[in-house]
Amino acid sequence: MSTEDTLKHTIDQTDIDGKQEYTITVYAENRIGLLNRIAIIFSKRKINIESLNSSASEIEGIHRFNIVIHEGYEVVRKLARQIEKQIEVLKVYFNTNEEIIWQELALYKVSTDEIAEKVTVERLLRQYGASAVVIRKDYTVFAVTGHREETDALVKALEPYELIEFVRSARVAIIKDSAGFHEKLKEFEAFEPGEELVENEFLEKGGKIFTM
Amino acid sequence: METAQDTIQQSEAKAETSKTLFKGTGSQVLLNGLIEEGVTTIFGYPGGAIMPIYDALYDYADKLEHILVRHEQGGIHAAQGFARASGEVGVVFATSGPGATNLVTGLADAQIDSTPLVCITGQVFAHLLGTDAFQETDVINITTPVTKWNYQVTDAKEIQEVLAKAFYIAKSGRPGPVLIDITKNAQLQLEEFPEYVKCNHIRSYRPKPKVRIEYIEQAAELINSAKKPFVLFGQGVVLGKAEEEFKAFIEKAGIPAAWTIMGEGAIPTAHPLNVGMLGMHGNYGPNVLTNECDVLIAIGMRFDDRVTGRLDKYAKQAKVIHLDIDPAEIDKNVKAEVGVWGDCKETLPLLTNLVNENKHEDWLAKFRDYNQQEIDQVITPELYPSGDEMTMGEVLRNINEICGGDAIIVTDVGQHQMVACRYAKFNNTRSNITSGGLGTMGFGLPAAIGAKYGAPDKTVIAIIGDGGFQMTPQELGTIMQFGAAVKILILNNRFLGMVRQWQQLFHDKRYSFVNITSPDFVALAKSYYIEANKVDERANLRQALETMINHEGSYLLEVMVGRENNVFPMVPQGMSVSEIRLK
Repeated sequence: MSTEDTLKHTIDQTDIDGKQEYTITVYAENRIGLLNRIAIIFSKRKINIESLNSSASEIEGIHRFNIVIHEGYEVVRKLARQIEKQIEVLKVYFNTNEEIIWQELALYKVSTDEIAEKVTVERLLRQYGASAVVIRKDYTVFAVTGHREETDALVKALEPYELIEFVRSARVAIIKDSAGFHEKLKEFEAFEPGEELVENEFLEKGGKIFTM
Repeated sequence: METAQDTIQQSEAKAETSKTLFKGTGSQVLLNGLIEEGVTTIFGYPGGAIMPIYDALYDYADKLEHILVRHEQGGIHAAQGFARASGEVGVVFATSGPGATNLVTGLADAQIDSTPLVCITGQVFAHLLGTDAFQETDVINITTPVTKWNYQVTDAKEIQEVLAKAFYIAKSGRPGPVLIDITKNAQLQLEEFPEYVKCNHIRSYRPKPKVRIEYIEQAAELINSAKKPFVLFGQGVVLGKAEEEFKAFIEKAGIPAAWTIMGEGAIPTAHPLNVGMLGMHGNYGPNVLTNECDVLIAIGMRFDDRVTGRLDKYAKQAKVIHLDIDPAEIDKNVKAEVGVWGDCKETLPLLTNLVNENKHEDWLAKFRDYNQQEIDQVITPELYPSGDEMTMGEVLRNINEICGGDAIIVTDVGQHQMVACRYAKFNNTRSNITSGGLGTMGFGLPAAIGAKYGAPDKTVIAIIGDGGFQMTPQELGTIMQFGAAVKILILNNRFLGMVRQWQQLFHDKRYSFVNITSPDFVALAKSYYIEANKVDERANLRQALETMINHEGSYLLEVMVGRENNVFPMVPQGMSVSEIRLK
């Protein structure tokens, strides 16, 4: 099963308590109630989900969840196995920020008058790579795609200029090392699991085992 | 939203056989499916939202025996007892709303103790979902954390595939409870159905892996180099039907083996390598020597906190090998040096092939030494008490002498449970039925009823405390009506004994609400037309037990035991297993 097979986990990003951001990628069947089944695995352990995105995947009919949590490696590993254990879940990966490409989308509604009058606002928008989605007499909506710090920084910058509304999407992430799910799915669909699926972190990661 | 048809693997056989049509209702096709799955016995309780299924059941009386329980919780515990005694899937029917919510305790119990169940609940009409209709509850969401899988059927065309999937999921891999919620319209819906096809593959579910020989080699190498190896086994050996494979393994390698209460009976009590019970009230040697062994081999057990005590002082000196079918269990509580992921029915014979024959005489002698200390200080006084008060242990000793270890012992939860697990003799697997992980008081009586249906040729003795019996006494009515020949043994100490013991030891004897009174149990049983007797002195005990066990039908015997007896040894909570107390 190897939940960890794309993971070259690093510890340089961790807090003092050993926690860091992990992005969990779940490939699953598209079934009503599955989101709840996954969510309660976190809530049972009183773990807060920082961001959750549910979308299509590279394969038709297979759903992909991206879940971001701030936790230690051991906790994330156990969570991943509990998620993968659910009947309709095909595969779970978890990765640190170095191992993924990720984006979040943020929308900002500001007063059009403010922007028109104050050049600094326009400069701010250029600086943050924002694009105008809607421009009306009364307000303008800008969109920014990027990491949390980038979208957050623009919120801070816009605060003095009447930020009317702000919203940010969940994180969507692509795993750098992943070859996608096409081949794995074929093995899952086969009656007997192929060699690739027999891989197992208890064997491969023996050297990485540490005690609690 | 896609339906179950998308998620369920379409077996090749299906396409060919789908021509055979059956015309009928969703209810009928459900019952046909149960028969196809080999179901003979259903424990249930009717109600509004499941009435079409009960209406269809009326015509299936020759094929499906329905036991009308007195409460849905009794129904699900009975199904658990049935599954545990027989190794088959237990089946429960309940209606929507309160019927379904009454199943929750049993689902949680079955989930944590890996018991295969298929529960069918009725649900309000699909068009009423979400309207707060009469007896509507969100059963799927309520039961999600306590089921291996659940599914709501709103269209009769889904029933066959969902049922096949339910049975496959319930009993394969690490077993567990499955719940199917069927709306009333689907039960009534008239359709043409194809032939029933059993499920044997779901693409998103792998019940067990293909075993890799590398694990086995690594494990064998560790075992062969060990001077003081120690095996811990749990219910996995029983669920994997690997009792013989397990015995062959420990016998060849000459390794002492201790059990969790869920694994008890997988090898006979009298087996020379069976060194006893693990955990909080387990035996002295196995607990102390856990912290002395050099290689710890855990087989089909999950290192529950009642087994490990304080985790950071648990077997730190040992290299741990963990054999389990559920990868989420490996490294969950105790880090394994070698995690052998697989079905122990497959992994154990491979391991047996690679391990050297050994005896480990000196190491075994250590277990015997500790055992002798425990016999002198704890076991003999418990089994052969010198005082006037009867002990639970001496009752168990008498049962052992009368039944010789062949009876199925079903227990409830508390002191009597620990005493029964410690002292009952078992010759056969699937003979110790108890609520292990959840510790559900009220489990004993209904589970014993189910066990009798699951193993009709066995003597089934339900050992229950005065507290636990009062949680589900209504099931005496089920015995009265359907005649399950269950021997009910109430060990009455007029206290909620286990809580009292803790209050005595850890709360300055502040006996807060443990002083429980009881009705006249004999009169209660007799009001249900069940033979009954009460013993309050030792002189009558043996005869009374023999009368109960030899009695043709069901029988209730109440034995008055010492009020303030404690169960020892004990690993106090938060202490290490090697800090086990003998008194």
